[in-house]
Amino acid sequence: MSVIEIKGLTVQVTTEDGPKDILRGVDLTVKAGEVHALMGPNGSGKSTLAYAIAGHPKYSITGGSVTLDGQDVLAMSVDERARAGLFLAMQYPVEVPGVSISNFLRTSITAIRGEAPNLRHWIKELKESMAGLQIDPQFAERNVNEGFSGGERKRTEILQMELINPRIAVLDETDSGLDVDALRVVSEGINRVCAKGETGVLLITHFTRILKYVKPDFVHVFYDGRIVREGGSELADDIEANGYAQFVTA
Amino acid sequence: MTAVTEHIEREVAIVPPKDHTPVIRSLDPSDFPTPTSRDEEFRFTPMAKLRDLHKGDVPTTGGMAIAVNKVPGATFELSAAKTGERQGFTDKIAAGAWASLDSISTLTISADAQLEESVVVSIVGSGAVSYGQLDINVGKFAKAVVIVDHIGDATYAGNIDINVADGASVCVVSLQDWDAKAVHLAQHRITLGRDSSVKHVSITLGGEVVRILPSVVYTAPGGQAELLGLYFAGAGQHAEHRLFVDHSEANCRSNVVYKGALDGADAHTVWVGDVLIRANAVGTDTYEINRNLVLSGGGRADSVPNLEIETGEIVGAGHASTTGRFDDEQLFYLQSRGITPDEARKLVLRGFFEDLLSQIGVPEINDRVRNSIETRLGGHI
Repeated sequence: MSVIEIKGLTVQVTTEDGPKDILRGVDLTVKAGEVHALMGPNGSGKSTLAYAIAGHPKYSITGGSVTLDGQDVLAMSVDERARAGLFLAMQYPVEVPGVSISNFLRTSITAIRGEAPNLRHWIKELKESMAGLQIDPQFAERNVNEGFSGGERKRTEILQMELINPRIAVLDETDSGLDVDALRVVSEGINRVCAKGETGVLLITHFTRILKYVKPDFVHVFYDGRIVREGGSELADDIEANGYAQFVTA
Repeated sequence: MTAVTEHIEREVAIVPPKDHTPVIRSLDPSDFPTPTSRDEEFRFTPMAKLRDLHKGDVPTTGGMAIAVNKVPGATFELSAAKTGERQGFTDKIAAGAWASLDSISTLTISADAQLEESVVVSIVGSGAVSYGQLDINVGKFAKAVVIVDHIGDATYAGNIDINVADGASVCVVSLQDWDAKAVHLAQHRITLGRDSSVKHVSITLGGEVVRILPSVVYTAPGGQAELLGLYFAGAGQHAEHRLFVDHSEANCRSNVVYKGALDGADAHTVWVGDVLIRANAVGTDTYEINRNLVLSGGGRADSVPNLEIETGEIVGAGHASTTGRFDDEQLFYLQSRGITPDEARKLVLRGFFEDLLSQIGVPEINDRVRNSIETRLGGHI
């Protein structure tokens, strides 16, 4: 049973005015099979937490620890973290010109599983996963995220999560920019991964909308670089009704 | 791509007509002064590495081995006689090549022929100083793909004249896949008839110094030119492409896409794209783009688009040029999917050229180009 433990995590970014503290001591534990919603207003540092866990070079860790099943995540390179079982669905997945989705996914899966997948099984697996997310099979031959709509990019992120089947998945505002149909399709994909019980999900979101489709076991309210309130799904209802302002002075 | 220097313009001011510097045109090298690096045309060229080819009088020390496959509709012949009319060249190197060569290669594509396979002209050097002239004459309404494959080692000045008759369509790929020490200087002059089209592709992978000057002249309305280029310069390599598209007829199009990568100390690439839209060339549509990817420190990419427009009655004109290193966000994205940094850079580099290869559309060269780049990377990136 996998578990990610984040303890006292503090993170800085470099700005024109010098270093700026973004995360001010984050404590969070996510276990396989659980869904945690991390909610907070814009600028509270939610995405920074996601990128810091994934190892983006822009963010420097100034204190605290992150471990995955006891292994020091912060000592790993970005690709080592992914191979150890961490997955980040990005809010703004970048375009990679000239690299097809199919080539990209095969390269990624080969790296993560440690061997190239059997070609026949792989094609079947890819087709099924794409069908589940209502992605046109022809997308496999398109370049990664090139000319994709917001919704297509998010579906492709979830496609990757399904194929990789990570131990811990951090979904950074996967719901943003999705229309209702796309939100439902993407949520079903997340639920399929959750249902296997092998993946812990940290769902970062600004709105409660996605939580109608993906039921969180825990809700954390994030503000000014730390978690200021924790609870069950009723906390999301509270946010829906009363907004974030109530936590600002907490 | 993270731009180190970036310059993108789509809108270009219309400049008043001016007198163009009279260009010397001659088949006699003694009509030209010896070029120096102070000359605009040579300002990026390492003159000291040209083995005196720019002096126009280096004696031949051997020949190139030329082989051509047999394709119905195409005929190839070698002739010793410099007969017929030929326009003068515009520099001492090209005129020197003409004056020094002892045979002319002529590839003729018969009128109306629709070639079912590519004609491959292999030009193989064996280390000698050598000169060449290849004429590719494409008959009316013919359609053909011609691959001119330069390999081996040579000190070679070899020009190619491509004459495309009315309604014909030709793709000419010039591969510079030389050994490391080769020097190759060439003018590729394209003349387009009415409603004809050319796709000219220059792929420079090997050689110590390669300097190719593709130019396009339209002799009647309706011509279309697509000028594509792909180059890779490793340590100590100089790969230079200077293009000139002379829009002197109405309703013609040109599209230029050149992409290059540099890897290693003193790797130097040069791309100069000159496009002139003359006053009578109404309805012109032209765009040119050059992108460079600097893989490691110490390389230098010069990229100079020049667009001169003498009429406002055009469909479009623009140019873009970017030179940058690997995009950190792309690399992060790939690595966040478990892909190692080396493999991520290779994927991005392959991808960088992949669009261009599909635009070139000559599948038989794809694997060769991909493998050649990866071999030249020498397993590191």
